[in-house]
Amino acid sequence: MTVSEPVSATRWLDQEDQKPLVQIKGVTKKYGDVTAVDNVDLDIYPGELFCLLGGSGCGKSTLLRMLAGFEELNSGTITIDGVDMSNVPAYERPTNMMFQSYALFPHMTVEKNVAFGLEQDNVPKRDLADRVHEILKLVELEDFKKRKPKQLSGGQRQRVALARALVKRPKLLLLDEPLAALDKKLRKQTQFELANIQEKVGVTFVVVTHDQEEAMTLASRMAVMDSGRFQQIGTPTEIYEFPETRFVADFIGTANIVEGRVIEEGADHLSVETEIGDVFIDHGHSVSAGSRVWIALRPEKIRLEKTDSPANSPNEVAGVIDDIGYLGETSLYKVRLENDQIIDVTAPNQSRPMNRSHRITWDDKVKISWDASSNMLLTS
Amino acid sequence: MYAKRSRFLTVMLTLGMAFFYIPMILLVVYSFNHSKLVPVWGGWSLRWYGELFQSEEVWSAVALSLQIAFVNATFATLLGTLAALAMVRFGRFRGRTLFGGMLVAPLVMPEVITGLSLLVFFISLNQFIGWPAERGFTTITLAHITFSLAYVAVTVQARLTGMGQTLEEAAADLGAKPLKVLTAITIPQLTPALISGWLLAFTLSLDDLVIASFVTGPGANTLPILIFSRIRLGLRPDINALATIMILVIAICVAIAAILMFRQHRADLRDQQMAGTKES
Repeated sequence: MTVSEPVSATRWLDQEDQKPLVQIKGVTKKYGDVTAVDNVDLDIYPGELFCLLGGSGCGKSTLLRMLAGFEELNSGTITIDGVDMSNVPAYERPTNMMFQSYALFPHMTVEKNVAFGLEQDNVPKRDLADRVHEILKLVELEDFKKRKPKQLSGGQRQRVALARALVKRPKLLLLDEPLAALDKKLRKQTQFELANIQEKVGVTFVVVTHDQEEAMTLASRMAVMDSGRFQQIGTPTEIYEFPETRFVADFIGTANIVEGRVIEEGADHLSVETEIGDVFIDHGHSVSAGSRVWIALRPEKIRLEKTDSPANSPNEVAGVIDDIGYLGETSLYKVRLENDQIIDVTAPNQSRPMNRSHRITWDDKVKISWDASSNMLLTS
Repeated sequence: MYAKRSRFLTVMLTLGMAFFYIPMILLVVYSFNHSKLVPVWGGWSLRWYGELFQSEEVWSAVALSLQIAFVNATFATLLGTLAALAMVRFGRFRGRTLFGGMLVAPLVMPEVITGLSLLVFFISLNQFIGWPAERGFTTITLAHITFSLAYVAVTVQARLTGMGQTLEEAAADLGAKPLKVLTAITIPQLTPALISGWLLAFTLSLDDLVIASFVTGPGANTLPILIFSRIRLGLRPDINALATIMILVIAICVAIAAILMFRQHRADLRDQQMAGTKES
């Protein structure tokens, strides 16, 4: 199974010699017969905002809980800042967690909630008050410090949870679906706020999310998880533009995936024979002729042209408009090819419909085409 | 759909309620009966209340019952809570299923069996180690604790399961050691269950006749034992007076609980309104 190569783990960093803050090595977690996390390796570097992205039950939360010290490992090691965490209980780890449900203590005021962590470390009283004040100022909740969690709105509770987790200045902040409980508009706004706060405090964040848009916006680097393994690790751009597996191509954004066979391998190009026609790829992949591959194409990278003429070159296919979805800024065209396969194409609506002279509509004969560089070649 | 109330339902409701409450009303009314014979009306009077307040026997029974109930409730709450914590928070330990079963067994065990077995136990204990020297307060309290703690354990267990472990994890994550988590988070969160468990154990003890009868000794009469022994000799008006006082005390407790609940409800509404206000 192809997963991350170690190269991609450091690609985003300028200094290749920087030491990882968190090292996860061969970690496995089983619940009875079910393997929640399956022998994963991961390095996370200081100052990163790292996202673990995956569907429910993929093991992302389990991995986060193992970092926090709530779950024991079946095998493997977790090292944080050079210290092996195997025998370090949750209450002694240099990590803090922001829970999905926020887990605010209902019988304490906002102030008490935030101060709780500092009290455990016996921080002197004056110092403690200053730090609580400072962090509440950062999340703009100074006026609410005497309130109980019940007396706060969802967004305010989220900020209390963040403040409580940040006030101890952990080496690593773990966030479990930090925005999932907010409504959509507030979520979008908070995404950027969260990234700003992370930049301000400089703490390394590990965020678990099932929302790919959230991961793309927040992350400096991310890992796509499925069935307890990493499918791919990289920057959001790498993951979107250069997916390594069909799962990743399909999970992040939408992709038209067609199966094919390599018919020619050149030094700087590949020719692939697929079910929808020949595909020419202009970037170097070393896949030997005859191997089975898949080509993934992003809908927004496909051009649509209204024409009767048949397709006559690679990366060009003729079809008929089967359905159109008007989405406002873009439209989604479902193009039916000769072999009845449907290819999704999105195009921006640059002019208003009444002014469009070459408007494409149902049952129009069209030709789709794309750049040789837009082909995403997948081998698994 | 509910606009037209069925006459049938109204009648059934009235009959049902009448069946519940007419006996109690009769009891209260007859407690004010001047006549010595319960079913014969002899005019209004407070005579039996007077006699009741002068009866040493009754007051010592009340005192004994309250003492037993209090000590029982306190120990049952402590032990039941520890048992519930072991069941819910300690993961899968060896013999957990057996322990859980044995914990709730007293709930389904016939009282006669519990009472008899405890009696046998106390007698043989006395033979071997000379303790308990005589049966009374100690034996009844011990017997009550054995079955009340099961009720407390069930109540607390439900609350522990319901509240989940997230708050405790959050506290540990913030650096609180296990003991601190217990005192700062778990216990405050459990308070409602602890109070209701305590009250449940208190009531069960106050109410128990069967088990207490088995394990009591000479001279140690709890209130239920006293009432039952007097009733055996025929209905007595002073017992009606005693029952009326008990109904009154219970009614006051229920009223206080209702007022507290109403206040809590109002506070919750206020909190909700507060949560809705925008930051200014």
